[in-house]
Amino acid sequence: MKEIHELNLPENLHYTKDHEWARKQGDLIVVGINDYAQDQLGDIVFVELPEPGEKFSEGDEFGTVESVKAVSELFLPIAGEVADINEDLADTPELVNSNPYDEGWMIKFKPDNPADFDKLLDRDAYLTMLKG
Amino acid sequence: MSTTKISGKLAIYGWTQTIRGKRMRYLPHTEEDITAMLKAIGAQSMDDLFKSIPGDCRRKEPMKLEPPLTEWALDRHMDTLASQTAISPDYLMFIGAGSYDHHIPEVIKQLLRRGELFTAYTPYQPEVSQGTLQSIYEYQTLVTRLLNMDVANASMYDGASALAEALLMAVRITKRKKVAVSTAIHPLYRKVVKTYFHPTGYEIMELAYGPDGATDLSALENEKELAAVAVQSPNFFGCIENLKNADALVHANPKTLLVSCFTEPLAYGLYKAPGLQGADIVCGEGQSLGIPRSFGGPGLGIFATRQKYVRNMPGRLVGMTKDLEGRRGFVLTLSTREQHIRREKATSNICSNQGLCATAAAMYMASLGGTGFKNLARLNYNNAQYLKTELEKAGVQIPFKTPAFNEFVIRMPAGSQAQYESLLKNKIILGLPLNQFYAELEDHYLVCATETCTKEDMDRFVKEVTS
Amino acid sequence: MMGTTGLIFNEPLLWEMGAKGRTAISIPEQQVPSCPVDENLAGDGPDFPDLCEPDVVRHYTRLSHWNFSVDSGMYPLGSCTMKYNPRTNERQSSLPGIAGAHPLLPDGLNQGSLKMMYELERLLAEITGLEAVTLQPAAGAHGELTGMLIFHAYHSAKGNPRTKILIPDTAHGTNPASATLCGYASISVPSDENGIIDPETVRELMDEETAGIMVTNPNTLGLFENNIKQIASIVHAKGGLVYADGANMNAVIDVVNMKSIGVDVLHLNLHKTFSTPHGGGGPGAGPVCVTKDLERFLPVPRVIKDGNRYVLEENFPDSVGKMHAFHGNFGILVRAYSYILSMGSDLKKVSQYAVLNANYIKERLKDVYHLPYDSDCMHECVFTDKHLQTHKVSTLDLAKRLIDHGFHPPTVYFPLVVSGAIMIEPTETESKETIDQFIEAMRTIAREAAENPEILHQAPKNAKVRRLDETGAARKPRLAG
Repeated sequence: MKEIHELNLPENLHYTKDHEWARKQGDLIVVGINDYAQDQLGDIVFVELPEPGEKFSEGDEFGTVESVKAVSELFLPIAGEVADINEDLADTPELVNSNPYDEGWMIKFKPDNPADFDKLLDRDAYLTMLKG
Repeated sequence: MSTTKISGKLAIYGWTQTIRGKRMRYLPHTEEDITAMLKAIGAQSMDDLFKSIPGDCRRKEPMKLEPPLTEWALDRHMDTLASQTAISPDYLMFIGAGSYDHHIPEVIKQLLRRGELFTAYTPYQPEVSQGTLQSIYEYQTLVTRLLNMDVANASMYDGASALAEALLMAVRITKRKKVAVSTAIHPLYRKVVKTYFHPTGYEIMELAYGPDGATDLSALENEKELAAVAVQSPNFFGCIENLKNADALVHANPKTLLVSCFTEPLAYGLYKAPGLQGADIVCGEGQSLGIPRSFGGPGLGIFATRQKYVRNMPGRLVGMTKDLEGRRGFVLTLSTREQHIRREKATSNICSNQGLCATAAAMYMASLGGTGFKNLARLNYNNAQYLKTELEKAGVQIPFKTPAFNEFVIRMPAGSQAQYESLLKNKIILGLPLNQFYAELEDHYLVCATETCTKEDMDRFVKEVTS
Repeated sequence: MMGTTGLIFNEPLLWEMGAKGRTAISIPEQQVPSCPVDENLAGDGPDFPDLCEPDVVRHYTRLSHWNFSVDSGMYPLGSCTMKYNPRTNERQSSLPGIAGAHPLLPDGLNQGSLKMMYELERLLAEITGLEAVTLQPAAGAHGELTGMLIFHAYHSAKGNPRTKILIPDTAHGTNPASATLCGYASISVPSDENGIIDPETVRELMDEETAGIMVTNPNTLGLFENNIKQIASIVHAKGGLVYADGANMNAVIDVVNMKSIGVDVLHLNLHKTFSTPHGGGGPGAGPVCVTKDLERFLPVPRVIKDGNRYVLEENFPDSVGKMHAFHGNFGILVRAYSYILSMGSDLKKVSQYAVLNANYIKERLKDVYHLPYDSDCMHECVFTDKHLQTHKVSTLDLAKRLIDHGFHPPTVYFPLVVSGAIMIEPTETESKETIDQFIEAMRTIAREAAENPEILHQAPKNAKVRRLDETGAARKPRLAG
């Protein structure tokens, strides 16, 4: 497993305490799991995602990600409605390992309150949390 | 009603022939071994080993057990008990009702006695469990072929718990809280379903059977929020259900699942498999497939579904993969559904399968082959048809006219209990009295004929029953 | 004793063999007229391969060679109790009057079967100290579900079924999964620094919405929960019940009376403690023993002795219902009955020797393997891979290397509270010589880990296959051929 200094955590993304990343795309927010999470889980074999149109409150479980011998829940960092999911993960869940920030994205959602995005952690705050 | 009597002292056999000497044959430790091992541990005595158990948790009185029996004394005792059971061919019995008399090839009995098969554990270490894993993979495959379904699990406890789990699975998939269950499903299976459902608060609606012995599905029209509709085919009365019709009616509501269960899988050697008729989950009892009746267990809970529901399925699954050198091999897979990983969120609490019974079933299906399976099914059907026709000719009423496989219902004249008793004195069992399960079916009996009954037996039965 | 490869045959899948028209069963000539079948209902029959009898025999014989089994060597799986499976049990369960018994005949025609069940219930009551027994559950987890249904029925009868259940963090996954089926939310009870439950933690968590506690005693670390009586009093004081998972009963036969330590409901695994074979994953049997007060909730029908007759009685209105279509895994019950009669009063020695073997292993390995809880163990001991990790060797590598040395690996990565757990349960039927060989293999592997870790990473080399691609299997499941 990677040491903290070996992690790839891009500057331009926001992070959550549950090791997810988020970025804005128009009025939507794109979410996936970060390098730390994918490294801890190991080879990902299945990603369970919601249906577009489903609504979640802040902190709700919106899906799960599975390795051979572990299951982790995915939590929506801020309230919103699912607009799109990454259909490619159904056949190629390994994209979450190989390219967590790009091809390995999970859902796009429309936040109830776009200003909530700024409550998420930036890279430095996330790293501080991780080291703490 | 009497209650359980708890005797202070156990007196199981009235005579004794217990073993001589100090050592039982399964226990290898000699006095020297014990002394050396205690020394290595640094303990003074055997009792010392238990010193972490507080005194107030220690047993005050030792267990009251009789001395060990010799092997032959045990044989004698067991032979005596076993002789007190009525079995074929000593008794003439045409009785199935979820526990069928089929011939079990000697080859299956002998192969199951291989210690490498029956003394192995769950195949968690695949490199040293390929025998079990390939056997189960073959079992899963043969089951999917028999039922025409996409995937089958490594098995459940029995047909009844498989049905209960199927209905709970439908509740999970649809997120609905009500299921409809045909009253022509084995009454004891329905009792198990009721037990499983009771603490959940989910509702069970019963579908009546019609005058033809098949399920009346007309009540479904007003039900818009069902998670599943469950029918059995052949049903408890032996009747073949109209699954095609059930498919259309159930799936008129696109979310509702059709659960088709069975107690006699041999029927699919003759009749269309449920998977060809729109079933979403097919489950039932596999005892017919090379497993002795053994007073009802162990049997085999067969469970199969469509590919899209596999991650909601309970029970173990074996999958094909490759080893480091690219050779074919098998592993337990999709384990994240199961309790040892997902704990309270698992698809079921099941932590085993009926491994050896599944292996027996695979051996049986392989021994029959496709050709043999069809021939045997045909033979069961013809025998049952012959018996039914002959009984009818002799004046016995056959109340349900729906086509059957190897079981059917007869109706005897009122007050048939006396005849049942008198036949019993001649070691003939009239059939299974149905009034114990269906109050309205007084004097109705369930009769079964498999390949094991001869024409002579059947003719004698007809004569005795109608004389 | 290094495990060595003998002659290992390759063997195809069943449907890669055979030829149409063969058969391995004798099907009799039809003696009755053929009857037409409704064409709308008729099917084509299954697509099975056609084989002859020698094909079938050779196929399964070859597959059997690819298995490790209790018959082939020591199988030290913690919490699984892989003891010797006596041959006489197999003889008894296959007697025609037992294997051929139909479950729905009048009681008078099944007196032998019912007598055996009645007596087995009495024997298990004597062994556990709990008065009433049901033999219906088909496995340990099925017994747990039965137990939780009894909890639910008991509390419902008092007016509130309650909503929560306490489960220690060392518990088997079946415990929370069984509780969930009865609608109970699992509340995890952390173990203390000694690996056992602290009664004060239970006191904080236990309330009147909590149905009770599920404990495994000895627990999965192989340690006796020595505060059990106090824990039971705390739970009982709040109106709760105590469930004991009897997975580890092999440690305490004739040592502990389960009722007197405060247990209300307990399941036994006949395939562990009472020597019935594991069958490559089942069938097992999971009888449930309860106190006299809870007897009325047991599943029906119950076997009752009425004078000299045995009868099946359905009339218990408070019963939870039915767990199994018929009477449970009777063929397995017969084997356990046969075992108990064969052992008789020597059953007392079982736990003594099982605990002796486990402590001997613990003492002889603790200088080379890290022992997270160094106290007297019961029938199993738990090590970790902490020392191995310094050489980048994991518990998994050790497990696979043991195969090359001719032993089945222990239970690994369980209990979850111990990182890299290696859980060893030798059972009483392993001799000192075999255990010495196992210890020697474990010590050799510890040396190999330091000197040549690559051997461990590459293990096993002597099995039918090498390590398998489990990731690929889960990503693209191939579940039928």
